[in-house]
Amino acid sequence: MKDYSGVWVYAEHDGNAISRSTLEIMGKGRELASRLGVELSVVLFGYGVSDLVETLIEYGADNVYVSDDERLKYYKTLNYAKLLTELIRRHRPEIVLFAASYKGRDLAPRVAASLRTGLTANCIDLDIGDFEDREKGERFEKILYQIVPAYGGNVVATIITPYHRPQIATVRPGNFQVPEKFPGKGKVFQINFGSEDWDDDVEVLEVERDEEDSKLEKARVIVGVGVGARGSEGVKILKRLAEALGGTLGATRPVVDAGLLPHECMIGETGKVVRPELYLACGISGAAHHMIGVRGAKVIIAINKDPKSPICEAADYIVIGDIFEVVPKLLEKLGKHGDAL
Amino acid sequence: MKQVTEMNIIVLIKQVPDPREYVRIREDGTLDREKTRGLINDCDKSALEAALRLKERYGCRVTAISMGPPKAEDALREALAMGIDDAVLISDRRARGSDTLATSYVLYKAIEKLGKFDLIICGAESSDGGTAQVGPELAEFLGIPQATFVEDFEVEGNHILLRRRMDGGHEKLRLAMPALITVLKEINKPRTTTFSGILRAMNMPISIWSLEDIGAEVDKVGLSGSPTKIMKIEKVNLRRRKILIEGDNVEEKVNNLLRILREEGVLSEVV
Repeated sequence: MKDYSGVWVYAEHDGNAISRSTLEIMGKGRELASRLGVELSVVLFGYGVSDLVETLIEYGADNVYVSDDERLKYYKTLNYAKLLTELIRRHRPEIVLFAASYKGRDLAPRVAASLRTGLTANCIDLDIGDFEDREKGERFEKILYQIVPAYGGNVVATIITPYHRPQIATVRPGNFQVPEKFPGKGKVFQINFGSEDWDDDVEVLEVERDEEDSKLEKARVIVGVGVGARGSEGVKILKRLAEALGGTLGATRPVVDAGLLPHECMIGETGKVVRPELYLACGISGAAHHMIGVRGAKVIIAINKDPKSPICEAADYIVIGDIFEVVPKLLEKLGKHGDAL
Repeated sequence: MKQVTEMNIIVLIKQVPDPREYVRIREDGTLDREKTRGLINDCDKSALEAALRLKERYGCRVTAISMGPPKAEDALREALAMGIDDAVLISDRRARGSDTLATSYVLYKAIEKLGKFDLIICGAESSDGGTAQVGPELAEFLGIPQATFVEDFEVEGNHILLRRRMDGGHEKLRLAMPALITVLKEINKPRTTTFSGILRAMNMPISIWSLEDIGAEVDKVGLSGSPTKIMKIEKVNLRRRKILIEGDNVEEKVNNLLRILREEGVLSEVV
């Protein structure tokens, strides 16, 4: 296992730009690589993607393995997995990180199974540390701690992959900040592959870009909607509040399940992870599986009727009151103070 | 071209704890599922429904496989009541604590024993683990194409036509069978079991297989055979400053709230 070295990140993009989640992971990857004293490498697959190499170097890539090929124009699981697995076998990184996106969650398990190694899903943090296996009398230094929320978000588990390499994890988008630019050594390696084991069992018929880029990840202010909003009337006034604050709406699971707000608004263990400047929790009880998604918020303010609600422990400031009284008053005052309304 | 009527479909289902119930966590970090009421995982139920609709249309044979403790038999009994043809439970104490790689290895060995299949349908992810990894890892063991997070699909000759969720939108794919797909719960509305279905299911056999029955190597399963280990479990600390915003009435509270927003610098651009 000693001959495995380096931190790798699999880069996602939409053909025009490197995805935000990849940049977030690169920031963390850079930090892990420095602590291990190894290089950060990024893998980039696609067609017409050579322009994106520069971005990867600006954000800290010491090495970029790029395969720019017409056959890679569309993401195809089998071919992408085969190519990536082969590259990992050849270069033996100790850590490989993917975004926990639809693509990353499709690709990473395929690669991990092919390499017969472990894979930890949806990490909210990563760290480097030691581990002693008392049963087997083995000691491991500087291995990857993969931190995931578990069992409804009330606890976090630290998962390790001590006996297998590479250590592979998918990382929840939104957990880390996009890092400052910090150029790496920037060596570029072109990867060519033969056509002999090219797989055509899957044909991409159509790609639909029908979803707006989520506003949640970029929002400075998020107004969180809980069941205390009591239906669409509450959603309406909270939407006005979000607009007045130059922010957007987020929601708890029950609110989304009730169809009051779309799925992409859901924050928490099974939804999005966000890190706004302000999270204004309105009528939210503060269950751990929701609050774990706003852990990165700079300030959390709760408006809630019930002073015994768990949200009162998990907020920086608490206004005890009915949102149907507090929010209209707040809107009125915000209107007086500026041209925001 | 193969007739659709000869199709063999395998559905993978997992029994998960009722999310409304408290579940004890063992010392080793695994869940004590024995005392809780188990349900069929949401999207696995949709996977069963999808398979049953193909069966009704084309007359395919549907087999459900589950891996878990003996009481996971309840989940398979329910699947039989919904209308599937065969049920297999892989239950072996030594498989307890298997991670996703070990689980997909066991399922792979069981599917090898079952023999021929055309399509494997599983739920996109489980409500308890939520990794979404077992499907793709199994597809890799079997060396077959996959599509994950599928919202809609149909069979066309030897192919599956499908629409899957993708970052920023959707994709339409054509997959050659044999293949594995993982479906989202939105794909359909699963049927409820009928009284006659439950009666019929009561008399149907469920095969229960051990690791030996499927020829799985013991050192590749269970806690010790899993590459990933749970090192520790901690309570999440979500506590913050918890400062009460005072005020005798709504007006005063809102004034104080606005002052704090300004002090915290989160509203400087707006107010």
